[in-house]
Amino acid sequence: MLRRRLNRLCGGDEKRVDSRTIYVGHRPCPDTEAFIPSKFCDNRIVSSKYTVWNFLPKNLFEQFRRIANFYFLIIFLVQVIVDTPTSPVTSGLPLFFVITVTAIKQGYEDWLRHKADNEVNKYPVTVLEDGRSVKKESEKIKVGDVVEVVEDETFPCDLILLQSSREDGTCFVTTASLDGESNHKTHYTVPDTEKDLQALPATIECEQPQPDLYKFVGRMHIYKPEQEPAVRSLGPENLLLKGATLKNTKKISGVTVYTGMETKMALNYQGKSQKRSAVEKSINAFLLVYLCILISKAVVCTTLKYVWQSKEGQDEPWYNQKNQKEKDTNMYLKMFTDFLSFMVLFNFIIPVSMYVTVEMQKFLGSFFITWDKDFFDPEIQEGALVNTSDLNEELGQVEYVFTDKTGTLTQNNMEFIECCIDGFQYKHRDTRSELDGFTVTDGPVNKLQQKAGQEKEELFLRALCLCHTVQVKEAGSEEVLTDQVDGIDGMQPQPEEERGFIASSPDEIALVRGAMEYGFTFLGLESKSMKIKNRENNIEEYKLLHVLNFDPVRRRMSVIVQTKSGETLLFCKGADSSIFPRVKPEEVDRIRMHVERNATEGYRTLCVAYKQLSAEEYAVADTGLREARLALQDREQKLMAMYNQVETGMSLIGATAVEDRLQEEAAETMEALQGAGMKVWVLTGDKMETAKSTCYACRLFQRGTELLELTVRTLEDGRLKREEKLLELLRDYHRRAVQDAPPVKAGVTRSWSTANQDYGFIIDGATLSLVMNPSREADASQYRSLFLQICQNCTAVLCCRMAPLQKAQIVKMVKNSKGSPITLSIGDGANDVSMILEAHVGIGIKGKEGRQAVRNSDYAIPTFNLCFILPQFLYQFFCGYSQQPLYDAAYLTMYNICFTSMPILAYSLLEQHISMEILLDNAALYREIANNAMLRWRPFLYWTVLGIFQGLLFFFGVRFLFSNPALQDNGQVFGNWSYGTIVFTVLVFTVTLKLALDTRHWTWINHFVIWGSLAFYVFFSFFWGGIIWPFLKQQRLYFVFANMLSSVSAWLVIIILILLSLLPEILLVVLRKPRGPHSRQKKPSQSNVGGSQSSQSSARPLLMRTFSDESNSVI
Amino acid sequence: MKNEGEATERPDNTAFTQQWLPAWQPILSAGIVIPGFLIIGLAFIGIGIGLFLTSQTIQVLEMDYTGIEKDSPCFRCTIQSVQNCTCEVTFSLSALFTGPVFFYYGLSNYFQNFRKYGVSKDYYQLTGDTQYFKSPRDVCSPYSYDSKNNPIVPCGAIANSMFNDTFELYQIINGTKKKVPLDGKGISWWTDYNIKYRNPLSVNGSFASAFDGTVKPINWPKAAYELDLTDPNNNGFLNQDFLVWMRRAALPQFRKLYRRITEGDYAMGLPAGNYSLTVHYNYPVLSFDGRKKLVFSNVSWMGGKNDFLGIAYLVVGSLCMVMAVVMLIVYAKFKFSEEDDA
Repeated sequence: MLRRRLNRLCGGDEKRVDSRTIYVGHRPCPDTEAFIPSKFCDNRIVSSKYTVWNFLPKNLFEQFRRIANFYFLIIFLVQVIVDTPTSPVTSGLPLFFVITVTAIKQGYEDWLRHKADNEVNKYPVTVLEDGRSVKKESEKIKVGDVVEVVEDETFPCDLILLQSSREDGTCFVTTASLDGESNHKTHYTVPDTEKDLQALPATIECEQPQPDLYKFVGRMHIYKPEQEPAVRSLGPENLLLKGATLKNTKKISGVTVYTGMETKMALNYQGKSQKRSAVEKSINAFLLVYLCILISKAVVCTTLKYVWQSKEGQDEPWYNQKNQKEKDTNMYLKMFTDFLSFMVLFNFIIPVSMYVTVEMQKFLGSFFITWDKDFFDPEIQEGALVNTSDLNEELGQVEYVFTDKTGTLTQNNMEFIECCIDGFQYKHRDTRSELDGFTVTDGPVNKLQQKAGQEKEELFLRALCLCHTVQVKEAGSEEVLTDQVDGIDGMQPQPEEERGFIASSPDEIALVRGAMEYGFTFLGLESKSMKIKNRENNIEEYKLLHVLNFDPVRRRMSVIVQTKSGETLLFCKGADSSIFPRVKPEEVDRIRMHVERNATEGYRTLCVAYKQLSAEEYAVADTGLREARLALQDREQKLMAMYNQVETGMSLIGATAVEDRLQEEAAETMEALQGAGMKVWVLTGDKMETAKSTCYACRLFQRGTELLELTVRTLEDGRLKREEKLLELLRDYHRRAVQDAPPVKAGVTRSWSTANQDYGFIIDGATLSLVMNPSREADASQYRSLFLQICQNCTAVLCCRMAPLQKAQIVKMVKNSKGSPITLSIGDGANDVSMILEAHVGIGIKGKEGRQAVRNSDYAIPTFNLCFILPQFLYQFFCGYSQQPLYDAAYLTMYNICFTSMPILAYSLLEQHISMEILLDNAALYREIANNAMLRWRPFLYWTVLGIFQGLLFFFGVRFLFSNPALQDNGQVFGNWSYGTIVFTVLVFTVTLKLALDTRHWTWINHFVIWGSLAFYVFFSFFWGGIIWPFLKQQRLYFVFANMLSSVSAWLVIIILILLSLLPEILLVVLRKPRGPHSRQKKPSQSNVGGSQSSQSSARPLLMRTFSDESNSVI
Repeated sequence: MKNEGEATERPDNTAFTQQWLPAWQPILSAGIVIPGFLIIGLAFIGIGIGLFLTSQTIQVLEMDYTGIEKDSPCFRCTIQSVQNCTCEVTFSLSALFTGPVFFYYGLSNYFQNFRKYGVSKDYYQLTGDTQYFKSPRDVCSPYSYDSKNNPIVPCGAIANSMFNDTFELYQIINGTKKKVPLDGKGISWWTDYNIKYRNPLSVNGSFASAFDGTVKPINWPKAAYELDLTDPNNNGFLNQDFLVWMRRAALPQFRKLYRRITEGDYAMGLPAGNYSLTVHYNYPVLSFDGRKKLVFSNVSWMGGKNDFLGIAYLVVGSLCMVMAVVMLIVYAKFKFSEEDDA
C-alpha cells in the first residue's frame, strides 16, 4: 500500500487523474479497496455512417445540405402552400427521384462499409475466461479480457503482452497496416509475470486512450499472496496495437487495455466528413449565379406585373374576374405570392437532375476504373477498386500528390549492392567471377594493393554479421527460399545459405545477407550467444553483451560482444554523419568518397565502425547501461547519454550500400507527375535517411536539388532553444527558396526542368509538430505560413517520421492553402487512412475517366436550362405576367430527367476528346485539364450567352409564326399548348444535337442514346398526347403534338430554329478547330519526336498510368 | 470476400469496359462544312422562295369592327345601354376571293392566356359527367355558382367569356341581299369534337333535363343546351363555336375560326362584288381596350398567310451561303499558311 502511494507520488504519469485501471481477467485484486468494474466502450469498430434507424433522417439531412436539393425542397414547399402555376408534382417528382437515387447509392455504399465492419467485429477471438478459452466475437471483447492471438492473426484490440509462445518472452509484430512499416518489430512480455494467466491477480494502470502510436505509459501491479504487490512499468514495447499482425510467434496472450473506437488505430481515423468535390463546389457557385438570375427574373416579372396592372382594365377584365378571396388578399401579400409563383415558374433554370447526372456519371465512371484492364495486377489477381465514386472528376485536377513511401514508392525490399572496406570498393554483383566472391572494381590509388587486408575484410564481415537485431526465422529455416535475385551459381548449393531472416528493418536483413554472400553466415542467436559461420565453415560464437538500439536521433546502433578469446568488442553501424565524428579523421577520408557517391546513386549507406573495449572500459559501460535501463525517470535521456559515451573513439572499417528497390517505374512515374505540373510530397513514417535515399532513387530529388532540411538534427543547436532555431531556419529557408527565387509565373513554369535552382524540403514529424503546435500560440500562423511558402516553392517535399494524424494535418494544410488546390493521396496502409480521408482524392489512380466528369458537370448546367426557361420568362410579357407556364407540366418534369440527361451521361462517360495514346504521350495536355480548366467562368459565360441567344430565338421564332395561328391547311388555329410544344420540341432537339456536335467520339452507345432520346421524346409526346389520362384534371396536351406534326409550317419553323440555334456552335467548331491546342494534327509530330514511344505505351508507369512519358530519355 | 474465384476478380476484357469501343470520330472539316453550308443554303433559299410565293398568293381581308370611330358602322353598339345591337359592315371585292374562304374573328389585347383564366374550367363537366354539374371545381371560382348558389354549367371563366358576336354575310346583287351560306362544321379540332368533349346523356329523352339544377354561365344569353337548337350534334359542349373558344389562344392578339364558306354558289370562293356583313354586336371589348376584327382568308398548304417563315428561310439560307463563301476564303488562306509550315 505504502509503496503504491509512493509510486503514485513519484511517477510523473500517475499524476494524470484520468488514468484507467484495468483488472486483468476481471478478477478483483486483494489489495484494492473495492472492485469497481469501470465502464469502457465495447470493441466495436464503426466506420459506417448510418444505421438502419438513422439512415433516413441522417441521409436526408445530408442531402438537403446541398444547395440545390435544399432549394428544390423550398420550391416544393412553396408549391404545396401557395397557389402556383405548376403543381407540386413537377418539382416534387424529380426531387423525389434525385433523393431516392442518391439515397440508394449512399445506402449501398454504407452497406458495404457495414459489411466490412461486421467482418472485423464478428471475427472470432479466443478469450480466456474462468480458466477456459472461449471463442467470442471480436466485438464482445471487454477491457480486461485476456485474449489469445495466434500467428498471422491481427490483434482485435490493444493488448498488453503477457505471454508469448517464444521462450524469450518476445513476439514479433508487423504494423504494416498501421504505420506502413512492414518490418517485424519485437515486443516484450511484461517481465516476471506468472505463467498461469488464469489466476494472475493484477491490475494495470495506464493513461487514457490517445492517438500517438508510439507512446504508451502504464504500470502493472501484480499481487502475490503475503507479499508487497510487484510493480512493473509498461511501455510501448509491451503494447500490441489493434490492426497489427502477429508474426513468427505461434501464440501470445495479452490483456485488453483499449477497445473499439478507443484503440490507437481507431483514434487515428478521423471523422468521416462527407467529401465534397471541387466540381461540386463550383457547381454550387454557378448555382448561386443562376439563383441570382432566377430571383432577378422573378423580381422583374413581379414589378412589371404590377406596373401593367395599374393600367385601367388590365388587372381584372370582365372575362377574368377575381373571386372574393383574391380581392380580399392584402396587396403586399399578393405581391409576395406572385413573386413566389414566378420563382416556381422559372425554377427549372436550376436543373434538379444535375446532381443525379453528375452522380450517376461518377458512379458509372468508377466502374470504368474498376474495369480497366491496365490497372489489373496479375500477381494479386485484383483490379483497381473504387471506394467512393464521388471524386472521379478530381483526378483530372490534382495539383498536389501526397504519397506514402513504403510499399507505394518502394517495394520495401532491400538489396545489398556493394561495400567498401578500408577505402576499397567491393561490388557484390561481380561475385560470380571471383573465386572467393570478392572483387575490387574501384581500386585505391595504389594499384598494387588491390584489396584491403584480409584481416580488415573479415573484421568488416564479422561486424556485419554481428551488429544487428536480426532473428533467424525458425519455422522451416532450411526450406525457406529467399527472394535473392542474384544467382549464387559460383557457390556450393548449401541450404543454410538461404535462410529467412526477420528484422526490424529490411536493410539489416540485406546486410546480413550481404555478409552471407561473402562467406560469413549468421546462424542465429541462442541464449545470448550469436553464432556465425566463417569462410572456412567454422562456427564462431560470440556472447552478446549489450545491444545499443537504433534511434533516430543517434542514427546508429551498436552491439557489444565478447569473443571466445575473451575480447570485448563493440561494433557500431549507422549513418555516415553520425559515425564520422566518432572515428579517426584520417580513416574517414578514405571512405567518404565512396559513401557520398553511393548516396547520390540513391543507395542507403551505412558506415561500420568497431572498437575494442578493455575490461575496465566494459565494466564502466556495463554498469552504466544497466543503470540507465532500469531508471524509472528520464530513462531515455540517460540511455542516450550512456550510448553516446560508449560509442566514441571507434575506428572505421567500412561502409555499405543497400538499395531499397523501387516499385517498377516509380521514378518514371514521379517524373511524369512532375512533368504534368504536379507537386509530389512524400509523407512517410520511415526514417529520414531511408526516405531521402528513396527520393533520390525515384528522382524526386535530383542531383542538383538543394535540400532544405528541417529536422530534429538540424534543430540540435547548443546555443539556441529548439523553437528559436526553428524560426531561424524557417526564415533562412524562406529567404532562399521564396524570396531569392526568381519570380515564377504560376502555371507556366511549374515544370521540373526549369533552369532555376530546385529545392527539396525535408521535415520530420517532431519538427512538424513544433511548426504546427508551437508553445506560443501566437506564432502558429507565422510558422505555418513560412512553412507553407517554403514547401510551395520546392519541387519536392519529404516528410518523414510522420504519425498518421500528422500526415493528415499536412494534407489539410495544403488543401486549405491559397487557391485551394486539389490534393491526391496515395497510400497502402491504415497509416495512410487519415491522410487519404483528408485529401480530395484518396488512393487515386488517375485515368482518362476522371476528366470527362469535369466536362460533364459544367455541361449539365448552364446552357440547357437557360434556353429552357428563357422562353417561359419571355412568355410572361405576352400573358399579362400571369405566371402562365409555356410548357406542359409533364414536359417541365421530364425535361431534365428523361429528355436530356441520358445523352449527357453517355457523353460524359464515353467521350475521349483526346485519344488515349495522345494523352499518354504528352503530359502537357494534362496541365490544361488540371486546375479545373474546364469549369472556369469563361466557358460558363459563353454558355450563358449562347443559352440566352437560343432562348430568344426559340421564343420569338415561334412568336412570329403565331402572328397568324392558322397553321394548318384546314384553317384551324393553334392554341397556347401548341405554341409551347413547338418551342419545347425545338429545345429538346437543339440541346441534344448540340451535344451531338460536341461529341467527338461516337460509339454505338452515343448513337443509341442521342438518337434514342430524341426518339423517346417523340414517342413520349405522342403517348402523352394520345391518351385521355384518367388521373389528370385537364387534358390540355391531348393531340397537341400530333396536330403540330400535321402542320407543315410547324415543321419548317422547327427545322429552321434548330439550325439557326446550332449555327454559332457549328461556326465555332469549324473556325477554332485548326488552331485548337488539342488538334489532332499534333499527333504525328509527337510520335516522331520519340521513336521509342511505342514501346513506352505498353510499359506505363505503374501508379499514374495516363501521365505521359516524357521522361524516357532520362531513364 | 477474398474467396471469390480468381476469374471474377479479373476485369472483363471487352471493348466497352476498356473504353475501346469502336468509335466514329467525325471531324467538321472544311471539306464537309462548306459544301454542307452551300447545300443547306440552297435548300433553304428554295424553301424560302416557295413559302414566300405561297404566302403572297393567299388573300386576306381584315376589318376592324370594334366601332371606335364615330363614323364607323358599329359605333352605335359600343354604347353600353344598347341591347341586341346589330350593325352592318360592308365591303367589296374587286376580284374573286378564291375558296374555300375561311372566316375568322379576331380579338386583340385579350388575354386568353391568363393563368387563372386558363385553368378556370372543369374538364369533368365538359366530358358530360353530370356528377360534376352539381359541384364545379374550385378553380372555376368565381364562375362556379351564381348569386343564388346554383352551380354553373359549364363553369369557369373561359366558358363564361365565350365570344358571342354572330355574323351573317350577304352578297349584294343588284341591291338585293343574297345570303352567303356559312359552314360551321369542322372549325374545331377533330379530337376536341369527337373525343375530348362529350355531352351529358339525355335524361328521359330530353337533353335539356340533363342540365337540371344548374344554371347557365352568367354572361351567356342562353344555356349550353340551347347553343344550337337546330342541330343536336352542334349543341351543348359539342358546339363548334364553344370548342373553338375553349382552345385558348397563345397570344393576346389572336384570331379564331368562325365559319368556312364552302357551300352553294360560294364553294369556289367569293366572287367580285359588294358584300354586307350583319354583326350581332354582343361582345364588349372596350372596357379593357380590346379590338374586334373580322378576317376573311384562304389557306394554302402552309396554313394562313404568314410572310415570316418565307423571309426567315430566305435570310437563313442566304446567311449560310455567305458563311460558306467566307469560310472558303478563310480556308484558302489558312491552307496556304499551313503549307508554309509544312
